Amino acid sequence: MRGSSPRMTIRYRGIDAYMCGMRPQDILMPVPAGLCCKPGGFHIDPVRPVERALITHGHSDHARAGHGAVLATQETLDMMRLRYGENFAGSVQAVAYGEEIRLGDVTVSFHPAGHVLGSAQISVTCKDRRIVASGDYKDARDPTCAPFELVPCDVFITEATFGLPVFRHGDAAGEVNKLLASAKLFPERAHLVGAYSLGKAQRVIALLREAGYDAPIYLHGAMEKITYYYQERGIALGELRPVRGMKKAELAGTITLAPPSATSDVWTRRFPDPVTAFASGWMRVRARARQGGIELPLVISDHADWDGLTATIAATGAGEIWVTHGQEDALVHWCKSKGLAARPLDLVGYGDEDEGEAAAVTDEGEAQPGGESQPAGEAKKP
Amino acid sequence: MNRFAELLDRLAYEPGRNNKIRLLVGYFRETEDPDRGYALAALTGALSFKHAKPGLIRDLITERTDPVLFGYSYDYVGDLSETVALMWPKSSSAHHNESFRGHPSPQPSPTRGEGAQPACSPHNDVEGIDVSEGRTAGQTPSPLVGEGWGEGYRGRDRSEIPRTHNNPPPPTLTDVVTTLRTLGKAELPAQLARWLDELDETGRWALLKLVTGAMRIGISARLAKTAAAALGEKDPHEIELMWPGLSPPYLELFAWLEGRGDKPVNRDPTPFRPVMLAHAIEDTDFANLAAADFSAEWKWDGIRVQAVAGRDARGHIQARLYSRTGEDITGSFPDLVPSLHLPGAIDGELLVLRDGRVQTFNVLQQRLNRKVVSPKLIKEFPIHLRAYDLLGDDENDLRELPFAERRAHLEAFVAKLGDPRIDLSPTVSFASWEELAAARADPKSAGAGDDADAVEGVMLKRRDAPYLPGRPKGPWWKWKRDPHIIDAVLMYAQRGHGKRSSYYSDYTFGVWTRGEAGDELVPVGKAYFGFTDEELLQIDRFVRRNTTEKFGPVRHVVHEPDQGLVLEVAFEGLQRSPRHKSGVAMRFPRISRLRWDKPPREADRLETLERMLISMTGS
Repeated sequence: MRGSSPRMTIRYRGIDAYMCGMRPQDILMPVPAGLCCKPGGFHIDPVRPVERALITHGHSDHARAGHGAVLATQETLDMMRLRYGENFAGSVQAVAYGEEIRLGDVTVSFHPAGHVLGSAQISVTCKDRRIVASGDYKDARDPTCAPFELVPCDVFITEATFGLPVFRHGDAAGEVNKLLASAKLFPERAHLVGAYSLGKAQRVIALLREAGYDAPIYLHGAMEKITYYYQERGIALGELRPVRGMKKAELAGTITLAPPSATSDVWTRRFPDPVTAFASGWMRVRARARQGGIELPLVISDHADWDGLTATIAATGAGEIWVTHGQEDALVHWCKSKGLAARPLDLVGYGDEDEGEAAAVTDEGEAQPGGESQPAGEAKKP
Repeated sequence: MNRFAELLDRLAYEPGRNNKIRLLVGYFRETEDPDRGYALAALTGALSFKHAKPGLIRDLITERTDPVLFGYSYDYVGDLSETVALMWPKSSSAHHNESFRGHPSPQPSPTRGEGAQPACSPHNDVEGIDVSEGRTAGQTPSPLVGEGWGEGYRGRDRSEIPRTHNNPPPPTLTDVVTTLRTLGKAELPAQLARWLDELDETGRWALLKLVTGAMRIGISARLAKTAAAALGEKDPHEIELMWPGLSPPYLELFAWLEGRGDKPVNRDPTPFRPVMLAHAIEDTDFANLAAADFSAEWKWDGIRVQAVAGRDARGHIQARLYSRTGEDITGSFPDLVPSLHLPGAIDGELLVLRDGRVQTFNVLQQRLNRKVVSPKLIKEFPIHLRAYDLLGDDENDLRELPFAERRAHLEAFVAKLGDPRIDLSPTVSFASWEELAAARADPKSAGAGDDADAVEGVMLKRRDAPYLPGRPKGPWWKWKRDPHIIDAVLMYAQRGHGKRSSYYSDYTFGVWTRGEAGDELVPVGKAYFGFTDEELLQIDRFVRRNTTEKFGPVRHVVHEPDQGLVLEVAFEGLQRSPRHKSGVAMRFPRISRLRWDKPPREADRLETLERMLISMTGS
């Protein structure tokens, strides 16, 4: 807990926090297992097995198997089931957006975070104090999930994946147009789009459809289950085909979605002269894109960019900001420069999914040359 | 400017040559004059703006952003132009800050405590998605409005709020180039700032790259011209020929390429003529070749150049020195210019001569890539031109003549020049291929004498062949001396680029030397070609199965005395190099064979390289 001790008196807007009753850190506090709510008897997105877990969204660094009871949106529970199998938790309870649930001394509710399908911010209210743990979120448009909902609060817990002012993600539709222009320019080459298999891939597909692309879109084996799940939930993704079994020549002029690491894997050898694209907020920085051997960087992020983070923080009206994973230093600095109390939470175990997946797959996928890679934590291919 | 920026952006990521050309041709086709002409100028290095320095750009950003945030950002991005382009504050983001400051501070009131209604109506799964799509910036009355939050937060639906909101419209490339040409130093910062306000991220990046002259996007001038030629399905050599007579924005050139105008006439007195190159001869080729059809000369280990002199409009002699790709390198060799005092075009080899003796390539290297050519350098490394061929004699184009006739012209021309810095490349007489093979094996006693160390083989030229641009197969052959070969051990492997990005195709190899704890391998070079596709697959498989550690894209491959892969490495030369741990650097190393049969312990030692170095350089 850099810059503040647990006993520190938090002052904001001239009111001594003690005078209001509980201090925020009595309601939620970071512990090795994750964010712990003692008065409610639960953890949020715990990284270790706990008795009762509230899960913000289905990405594997937030949604882990082995908890006693899990409270999450229906979609998040379904995704955990897809990934970990039926017995991923002792018991589960689905919660609708906006529904209030009393847990111990606190009231919790889930609100759309705009990150991926089913993603939620978790509001924890204890007496007159509301803390919102936003998980991962974005305020940009996404046709595959409910838009981010602003929840006014006293303490806002924000991620900082793209917490530097160089990260401004721009219009995702424009990036998809870049992909389509490239596909038009190189009709004899295959376009391989690296995208995280949960959320990003489906968003890219949906954006391609919105841009009028109606040819079949091909999927890497590791993408299939989750993408079909999106379709089951009524997200229109058009005609999708597994890339498995396709002949090289047939893939000329096609677009295939694959986990990021697969785009530099032996797996790519089945494609005719592939153009390697990668849909990620990291693609904003050239050196990052080039390091990964990416030819067509697509700046499409499921995380809020700098403007999104700062605008959201400001709009929540929270006087105190807790910053979790990412570029905490810069965001904490910005908050303080705006007169907000802010501190990094130093939670470990969370990361950007693009990166996490890439690193994990490289290890696994390349162990057997010629084999298809499996993203970490992703369900095995059928 | 944005269209040009998009092109630069795309080129910067595209590894393939042909694909780069495609991108360029697409741009030239879709972009109007004069923008495309200025783009061609920028890509061929024909533009330079003297006032735009990195310090100026740093000042601009410092005035506009929090220095702490700039520091964090610059550390992260690592490139000044890019950092500034990305974090340049823009007008459309201003409303966030304003609304934040302009808002009444929200009170942590009991109304938002326990039992308070959630801020927004609940959305449930899919149905909610469609409904909520309508909730865009400030249109749908926000549920927050009633709570006195006003419009403090606007859900940013980017399809409705263009984030790159440019008003006035962003400058065109032509605006930028023409303005910069006339702008004084004092006006530059304000003008740059205006443009940066008007452009989007990529536009700002391209602008800063353009004005600072540090493009570094992997495009050579030659490639840009080749793409321009492809636009009109012309031979790039034609453009190369007329290029020195053209100037930005090349309206005449594009008119010709699009069939709307006549071919531009090159009025340049010293044009570059596309160079003729030779194929490497294989042992099997000789059976089909008659020795009598060919003339032979030494292949000198220097730099192939074209030295051109001509009279300008006022009748003064102008001279230029070109590399074999047509780059003007006159500035690096001012000492040769006075010797080029007769109009004509010599194809020859640039060498360093000391006391009449040709020095090795290692010595010549001291004169390469120098920004400043000091008198000391000129004195210590006296430059010399050894003439192979004559392409033009005064006004006469000799390229259509057979080699034998050109050679006669050349001999006369060099004699007429009568300059000690320019001499003839002597011919090597031979009656049979066997005789020539003997001469090649021992140039010293076959006429090269003390200069034999600078001979890297022989050149064969058909006596009846005209001077043809490019690398036509048949008229010219190069027959190099056998390269130097060592057996080295594969130590590290790195992924290749482009088509090879899924392969470990760049190899660092080492040889044995005595270390503190006994024998150890020390890296002596890096090679990424020479192997066949099949061998690449084999090495790639070996690398993946024998990785001991990974550092980013680099893999540490097992290299123990009894475990590892021995590579036979061929190379052209050796020189001392303080930058390499081994102290030696190879020229032109390539993998010539995979020695699966050889245990690493039997690979060569550094002492072997040291001995080779001494015999090559005498030092």
